Amino acid sequence: MSTSNITFRKTGSSIKVTPVDEVSLEARAASLATRSIKTDSKRAALHLAIRCMDLTTLEGADTPEKVASLCQKAKRPDPSNHDVPSVAAVCIYPEMVHHAVEATEGSSVKVASVAGAFPSGLSTIEARTADIADAVKRGADEIDIVLNRSAFLAGDEQRAFEEIVASKDACGKAHLKVILEVGELGSYDKIRQASMLAMTAGADFIKTSTGKISQASSLPRVLCMAEAVRDFAQQTDISVGIKAAGGIRTAKQAWHYLVVIGETLGTEWLSPEMFRIGASSLLNDVLLQLKRLDSGSYSGPDYVTVD
Amino acid sequence: MTGKIPIAKTYKLFIDGAFPRSESGRTFSVNDTEGELIANVSQASRKDFREAVRAARAAQLPWASRTAYNRGQILYRVAEMLESRKTEFVELLKSIGVNSRSATREIEDSIQRWVWYAGWSDKYSQILGSVNPVSGPYFNFTVPEPTGVVGIIAPTEPSMLGLISRLAPAIVSGNTVVVVSEGHSSLTSVTIGEVLATSDVPAGVVNILTGDQTDLLPWMVGHLDVNAIDISGISQETDLTLIEEAASNVKRVVSRQVNEESLELLSDFLEMKTVWHPIGR
Amino acid sequence: MVNSNSKGGSSLEDFGIEYASAIESTSLVNIKDKYGLFIDGNFVDSSSGKSFKTLDPSTEKPLSVVAEASSDDVDRAVRAAGVAYEKYWKKMPGADRARYLFRIARHLQERAREFAVLETLDGGKPIKESRDVDLPLAAAHFFYHAGWADKLEYAFPQRQLEPHGVVGQIIPWNFPLLMAAWKLAPALACGNTVVLKPAETTPLTALLLAEIIRDVDLPPGVVNIVTGAGETGSAIVEHPEVNKLAFTGSTEVGKLIQRSAIRRNLPLTLELGGKAPHVIFEDAALDQAIEGVINGIFFNQGHVCCAGSRLLVQESIADNFIDRLQKRIELLRVGNPLDKNTDIGAINSQAQLERIDQLVKAGIEEGAEVFKPSCSLPENGYWYPPTVLTGVQQSHRVAREEIFGPVLVVQTFRTPEEALEKANNTPYGLSAGIWTEKGSLIHWMAERLRAGVIWANTFNKFDPTSPFGGYKESGFGREGGMHGLAAYLKNSGGRS
Repeated sequence: MSTSNITFRKTGSSIKVTPVDEVSLEARAASLATRSIKTDSKRAALHLAIRCMDLTTLEGADTPEKVASLCQKAKRPDPSNHDVPSVAAVCIYPEMVHHAVEATEGSSVKVASVAGAFPSGLSTIEARTADIADAVKRGADEIDIVLNRSAFLAGDEQRAFEEIVASKDACGKAHLKVILEVGELGSYDKIRQASMLAMTAGADFIKTSTGKISQASSLPRVLCMAEAVRDFAQQTDISVGIKAAGGIRTAKQAWHYLVVIGETLGTEWLSPEMFRIGASSLLNDVLLQLKRLDSGSYSGPDYVTVD
Repeated sequence: MTGKIPIAKTYKLFIDGAFPRSESGRTFSVNDTEGELIANVSQASRKDFREAVRAARAAQLPWASRTAYNRGQILYRVAEMLESRKTEFVELLKSIGVNSRSATREIEDSIQRWVWYAGWSDKYSQILGSVNPVSGPYFNFTVPEPTGVVGIIAPTEPSMLGLISRLAPAIVSGNTVVVVSEGHSSLTSVTIGEVLATSDVPAGVVNILTGDQTDLLPWMVGHLDVNAIDISGISQETDLTLIEEAASNVKRVVSRQVNEESLELLSDFLEMKTVWHPIGR
Repeated sequence: MVNSNSKGGSSLEDFGIEYASAIESTSLVNIKDKYGLFIDGNFVDSSSGKSFKTLDPSTEKPLSVVAEASSDDVDRAVRAAGVAYEKYWKKMPGADRARYLFRIARHLQERAREFAVLETLDGGKPIKESRDVDLPLAAAHFFYHAGWADKLEYAFPQRQLEPHGVVGQIIPWNFPLLMAAWKLAPALACGNTVVLKPAETTPLTALLLAEIIRDVDLPPGVVNIVTGAGETGSAIVEHPEVNKLAFTGSTEVGKLIQRSAIRRNLPLTLELGGKAPHVIFEDAALDQAIEGVINGIFFNQGHVCCAGSRLLVQESIADNFIDRLQKRIELLRVGNPLDKNTDIGAINSQAQLERIDQLVKAGIEEGAEVFKPSCSLPENGYWYPPTVLTGVQQSHRVAREEIFGPVLVVQTFRTPEEALEKANNTPYGLSAGIWTEKGSLIHWMAERLRAGVIWANTFNKFDPTSPFGGYKESGFGREGGMHGLAAYLKNSGGRS
C-alpha cells in the first residue's frame, strides 16, 4: 500500500495518504539539520525547547517521591535562574497521576498520563478505555495511548481506528496523544499512514514512541509525521500537534527538531500547545547550554540537578 | 515463343518497405565491365531522402522496442535469405567487375558477418552496460540504447561486404537507417534491400537510396532528424567541410576504416543511458 | 491558519529565532593580487601582458587579476604538453600515474575547505554546495580514476588502446573545480597530457588546483592551465598539435567546436546544454518529489546543464503540487553565498543575469504567469530570485530554450504517453526526472526518455562511477564510470 485513500466507516471520511520515499526524506532531514542558529537567538531557542518539553518517568519503580521530584524539576528546571521557564508537562503512569497533580498545582505544568495497556496496547478495548477514564478522573490533563500496532500491521486498520475513536471518547476534555511506536512500523509509508489514521480518528497529538523499545524518535520520522500533519490540516482544517519522544538527548538535537517543525509546519506549531519533546536527559543538556550562554564558559554535570 | 527475352530487373529505391521510383523521375545508368547497360537505376532526390528519414523515424521506436531476441531472429532470417540468393549475388558482383572467386568469397563473408552481428543482439548490452557502485543508497546502472536514425554512406568497394559491415551493426541494436549508395554499388545495395524486404525486417528499418553521393550528402548531413551518420564510405577526396553541417544538431559522425567484425562499430551507434533509483523501504 | 509560513520568509525568524549569519571564514584563503598561466610546471605571465579581472558575483568586488592567454601562450602550453607526453607521461607505468592521481585527490581533501571558500567567492554558489558537493566529488573523481590508471586493459578487453597524446579541454563556470576534475582525472589516468582552460568568470580554483599539481610533483607540462575567454579557447581548439578535444559548455559553442573537429577529423567529446523534463505522476511521494524539484532547478542557482527546468506534473495533482511547491520556495534562503544557511547564491555573472531576465520577460510576454517568493535580494551583486512560470505551453520560448538560471517552467499532462511525448519534445537530451511509486512505470518511462541520465525518485545525483552525458544536442561521449575512459583512449596504430 504505497498510496491510498483511507476510508473509515465511522466518519465516512476519506483521507488521502501520500507515499514516502525513504532516501529523499532522510536527505531532507539531514539537510535541515545543517541549519545553524544565530548566537543571539540561541537563548530563545533553548527556552522554547524547555517550554515544549515533557519530563517523563515511566518505570515500574516510580514512587510518589520520584514523581514529586520530577514535578519540581518540571516547574523550575534551574533553581538558580528564574528566567528559565517551566517545562510543558510531566508524563507518568496513571497510578502516579494524583501525586503529580498535587505537585504541579498552581503551576503551568500539565500532567500527562500514559494509559490503555501502555506500552503494548494489547488488552481489551473496554479495559483500556476504563484505564483512560480512570487517569482522567485522577486529574490528568493529557492522555498518551498507543496505536494498536497489532491490528494496524495485520491490516485491520478499521479496528485500530475505532479504538482510537473510543479512547478519544473516554478522554472527555483531556487531550489525546496517540503514540504510533514508529520503530515498530517498518517503513515511512506506514508511519505516514498511521499518522493519518490517528489524526482522522481524533488524536489531538501524534507521538513517535513509547520509549520502551530501542528504535524511537528520529529527525526523518518526525519530518514524515510533520508532513502528514500538514496534509491533514490542509485536507480538514484541523491542526494536530506532534510529540517527538525517545533518544533526544542534546540541545543540538532539540534544535534540529524545532527546525524541522518550523520549516515544515510553520510558527503555529512552535508552541507547547502544538509541539512537545518527550525526554528525560535532554533537559540537563539544555540547561548546561544556557549556563554556557550566561557565563561564557562551559559548565559541568554537577552544576545541574539530576532530577 | 515466349521466354526468350529475359525480364530485366528495375532497380528502384527502397523506402518504408516499398520499392518506389524516385519522385524526381530521374535515373542513372549502370553499365557492366563491357560497357553494356545493366540497368537504369532510380536517382534519389532530396525529397526521397526526406521520405526515407520519415520512414526510418517512424520505424525506430517500434524496432528498438522489440525484444533483443526478436531482432536477433529477424537478422538471422536475413542471413538465411542471403544464403538462398547467393548465386544471384555472385552473378551481380561479377557483372560489376568482381572476379568469380572474389565474388563467392565476398558473399560468404557477408553472410558470416551478418550472422556474427545478428548474434550480438542479446549480448552487447551485457558487455557494454554496467552497474555502477555509487557512493550512496542508490541503484545505478548504465544501459546502451540505439542512437536513433542513422545515415550511412555505403562503401563502394567491396560493395556487398562493405554495406553489410556497416548496416548490420547499426540495426542490430534498434537503430533505423537510411543508406545512400552510388554507382555500381547501387545494384548491390538495392538487391540487399530486396533481401531485407523478404526477411521480416519491418518496413522503414532500412531504407536504401541510390543516386549521387555528393548530391545527397548535404541533405543527410544537414537533416535535423538524423542522429548519426556513418561517412566511412565517402570517397577519400571528399572535402570534410561538407560534413561540418552535421554539427547543426550535434550528430554523431562516424568514420572508421575497420574491415573486420567489430563490436566498436556496434558501439558507434549506441548512447549510454544511466538510471538512478534510491534503495529504501 | 495552516501554513502561516506561506508569506514572509522563514517561519523561525518570525518566531524570534534567527538562523545565524553563519559566514564561512575566508581567512584560510589567500587570494593573490595576480595570477599567471600554469605552463610547463610554472606560473608565467601572458606573452601579451594582457589580463582580466575576476570578481565576486555576490558583491561585484574584484577578487584578483588573471593573465589572459594569447594564442602564443596556448602554443607554448600545447608544446609543453607534447614534450611532457613524450618525455614522461607516455613512458610512465600506469601504477605511477595512479600515484600522482592519488596524491592530487588527497591534497584536495586536505585543502577542501580552502577550495570550497574560494569556489564560492569566485562563482557565487552557496558554501553549503561547494563544501558538500563540489569538493567531495572532485576529490572522489581523482580517487576513482587513480585506480583505473593501471587497469585500463580490464576496461576494454580485446582492444589495443593507447592515449591520444595532448588533450585540449575547455570547461564552464558552473562547477569550475569539479569540471576540471571530471576532465583531468580520466585524461591523466589514460595517459594523456592536458591543456585545460577554465571559464573566464571562474578561473581561481583551477589555478589553486595548479598549485596542488605543482606541489605533488606532477612532471612539468603534464597539466597546463591557461586562462582566458573565447579567443583562448579557439586557440586550443584550432591548435594543430592537439590530438583530442573535450568541451563542456553551451550547445552553441559546442557546435562551433564540432565543426572544427569534423574538418580535421579530430576526436571530440561534448557535454552541452539541456532542458530536462521533470515528470511528476499523481502517485508520487509528493513531499520528496517537491524536494526533488527544488533541488532539480535551484541547485547551483539553476546553473546546471542537467537542471530539471521543465516540470511536467500530472493534471490531477497539479494545483496541489504547485501550491506545495510555492510554499516550499518561500522557505528558500537567498543571499550571501558564504552563509552556511544559504540555499541560493548569486548569479554567476552580469551577462548570465541579463539572459535569465530576458528569457523570463519573454515568457511573461508569451502569457506565462510568474511566481516569485517574497524574499528580498541583496543590493549589490547579481541576484535572481527562485522563479516559477506556470501556464507555459510547449511552444513557448521558456519551455524550449535553456535558461540556465533559477527558473522553473511548469506544464501539465494527463497520461504517461503525453508526459513522454512532451518530455522528449526537445532537441536536448541530457537528463530527465521521474517521480512515481509504480515500479513498472519508472522502467517504462526510463526506457523511453531520450536522455543520458535518468533520475527516478531522485534528482541531480552525481558519482565518479556513474557515466554522465547526453543524447541529441546535449552532446556525446560520457564522463565518469568505465564508459568515461573511452574518450581518452584510441585504438593503437592510428585507427580512430
